[in-house]
Amino acid sequence: MARSGLLIEYEYCTGCHACEVACKQEHNFSGGMVGIRVEEVVTESPAKVHVDYIPFTTRFCDLCAERTTKGEVPACVKHCQATCMMYGPVTELVKAMAERPRSAIFAPR
Amino acid sequence: MKKTDEKVVLSTLWSAGCGSHGGCGCQIYVKDGRVTRVEGDPNHPFNQGRLCPKGLAIPQYMYHPDRVLYPLKRVGKRGEGKWQRISWDEAYDTIEKKLKDIRAKYGAESVIFCQGTGRDIGGPITFLMYAYGSPNWVQVGLAGHACYTPRLGAMFATQGHYSVLDASQFLEKRYDSPEWTPPKYIIIWAQNPIAGCHDGFFGHWIIDCMRRGSKLIVIDPRHTWFSSRAEVHLQNRPGTDGAIALGMLNVIINEAIYDKEFVRDWTYGFEELKKRVQEYPPEKVAEISWVPKEKLIQAARLFATNKPSAIQWGEPVDAMPAGSVVAQAINHLWAITGNVDNPGGNVIARNSHGVTTYPFSSAELTKLYGEELVKKLNEKRIGANKYPMIKNFRGWVQPDVLIEQMETGKPYPVRAAWIQTSNIIGGQAADPRRHYKAMKKLDFIVCVDLFQNPTSMALADIFLPAVSICEKESFRTWWQPLGVSVKAIEPIGECQSDWEINLEMAKRLATTPVKYQTVRELIDDRLKDGGTNFEKLKAKGGWEFPPEGHPTRPYYRYKRGLLRADGKPGFETPTGKLEFSSKRYEEWGLDPLPYYEEPKESPVSTPELYKEYPLILTTGRRSPVFFHSEHRMIPWLRELDPDPIVEIHPQTAKDLDIVDGEWVYIENKRGRVKFKAKVTPTAHPRVVSAAHGWWLPETEGKEPNLFGTWQHNINNLTSMGNQGKSGFGGTNYRSSLCRITKIRDGKE
Repeated sequence: MARSGLLIEYEYCTGCHACEVACKQEHNFSGGMVGIRVEEVVTESPAKVHVDYIPFTTRFCDLCAERTTKGEVPACVKHCQATCMMYGPVTELVKAMAERPRSAIFAPR
Repeated sequence: MKKTDEKVVLSTLWSAGCGSHGGCGCQIYVKDGRVTRVEGDPNHPFNQGRLCPKGLAIPQYMYHPDRVLYPLKRVGKRGEGKWQRISWDEAYDTIEKKLKDIRAKYGAESVIFCQGTGRDIGGPITFLMYAYGSPNWVQVGLAGHACYTPRLGAMFATQGHYSVLDASQFLEKRYDSPEWTPPKYIIIWAQNPIAGCHDGFFGHWIIDCMRRGSKLIVIDPRHTWFSSRAEVHLQNRPGTDGAIALGMLNVIINEAIYDKEFVRDWTYGFEELKKRVQEYPPEKVAEISWVPKEKLIQAARLFATNKPSAIQWGEPVDAMPAGSVVAQAINHLWAITGNVDNPGGNVIARNSHGVTTYPFSSAELTKLYGEELVKKLNEKRIGANKYPMIKNFRGWVQPDVLIEQMETGKPYPVRAAWIQTSNIIGGQAADPRRHYKAMKKLDFIVCVDLFQNPTSMALADIFLPAVSICEKESFRTWWQPLGVSVKAIEPIGECQSDWEINLEMAKRLATTPVKYQTVRELIDDRLKDGGTNFEKLKAKGGWEFPPEGHPTRPYYRYKRGLLRADGKPGFETPTGKLEFSSKRYEEWGLDPLPYYEEPKESPVSTPELYKEYPLILTTGRRSPVFFHSEHRMIPWLRELDPDPIVEIHPQTAKDLDIVDGEWVYIENKRGRVKFKAKVTPTAHPRVVSAAHGWWLPETEGKEPNLFGTWQHNINNLTSMGNQGKSGFGGTNYRSSLCRITKIRDGKE
């Protein structure tokens, strides 16, 4: 079976944290357990201060196996307010990545 | 699959739960009478399947162990935290007797009805208040009434109707609608739309527009995600937004890059405005605002020469000195460039189907209750006679006048308060200590809420437990589509909905019989204007847009005679035109044209104080995981934003010997609070930014601690009594002076 993953266009990630809470609700995680986390990255150039956010999956991400077997997308992908996440076979995600802005693919399992 | 025996209820979210202003469509999953999940509804045009952290945390909010599930009465002194569970009958009987006695002795006006900004509260609270006979509907402590109302008042005066950035939200097919086009440029003015759905606007619609080609101009003292992606970022001194708007108008008018046809055909007072803006050349504005002249000019040119373009603005506009004047100037910017009710501009926003949930405006109030009652109410409404704009625009009390009246008892005493959805001391009020003292003296106070908070703990005599959005029926018309909230489960504990509570109280207290027996009758009666009812909307999935050709649908309604009561083309203003020089402002004794006013406390206006307090303090930075003072007890959310944070520039922090993550004092002449420093280049070196609404529900609730509100609520550094000439704006929530002090060995 093809390995699946998440394509994240982090150019558009606003750091809203919807993915993290969607994950916690879906898995009923508590006490800091979470399958995805968003980090703020602040960088400076002479002209500007840049604020970016990068989500990354953790060891607890199961790509919402229970949802995806029913044909639903993972909870984080569905609720991402910036619609910057995509779920699918890694091979497909790589193709999609070629046409997208700053992006990353995570294959947590 | 363990989730297969779940049922799914489609509903509209509008707090309590997420707390917010939006109207997201949701799927509520229910199993064995319990809500197991809340997800976004992919078929709902508002959020299109998405949901914010607060919406996604609703189950944890609903089933939180701290939620109050039964009516309570206070059995110790106020603030002692001693409560006794009572029946609803006892609660209702007690309140009925007290409020009837007070009305008989002191008049109905001596009872104030206090709301915050969460839940579908405006309807139930005004319904009860007018039934009781009081005119005093108020957001207690909201200095200068600085939350959208000043902006709405300015738009009402200028163009007769309200406008919002057009992100296709008035069209069922949204971004696929053939008549819609994205704004070429979006000015994000004093807002971080990521953090929520301010004033009914889903913040991430901006990102949707960016993906479709919209470019950004950002006006913000902080560097943000948006400013990082902006073509121009005007990093201004807090409080100077009025000067920036006037400077941009100066450039656009003097370079003649305004929409000449629109100005000629549809506006009034252009020559007067042209004359006025000569007082604000870019050089002068640069000096006032810290924004380099070149950037100001560039922003003005990009906005004016790329049509359509639109402005998305935030609450700081209201909080400016003369907030309603700053709002007027910004309104002029979209107007002079012809970006009014056009696709991708600032589209006219009207309540869906023309249905009102509650009588916000004086006109709606008159329609519902008749001219006689409105006149009578206005005689006693606090602040109405001092401020004609307060009197004639909406039915609210002026909060700065209220606090004086509570203290002096003049012209009449306030004896009791009905507080529903409002954490006055822990969030909403400027100078909370002053409100605490004044309200402690009241004879009787009822709080209606879901959780204890600093306000209910300090003040309530009776606490009535309200339900979350998943446990009640309600409806929503702000702005569109028309929607209903469907009850997914029976109330938890003995909680009741705000509508149910207020209908019952209204039946008991009304001077003329209430015509509704049930909440459903009331909702259906209101929805009648939209030619629909609760069941019909529920069967459609919970929402509906107005039919084709309806005057609440866009675009270009001023050309089609759909804005004025007389059906003529034009705007619903005294001249029938969009007014650059406002007849209504004039009638209300105000300058008909916009002008700049310096903050009362600033390096410019109080240079001596500035030596002692050398940093500009701006408060109210929104968190994406909290709604104002709500949600601090919800673990899924608190984990993401655990502490009250003040942002400090690295150089400023270095000078003060402060490192990232260190607890510090923020202090000014009004008080001192303890915050955690976030040292970040996103801050301006001369400005610190503090989050608002902080209290610690995990700490002692009873006095003197009151959940840590005196230590961590930034509003302890703000004050009342700075309102603008119109009664609106002029607060120091967004611009005052402070210093940051290092805490050494627990001492300063």
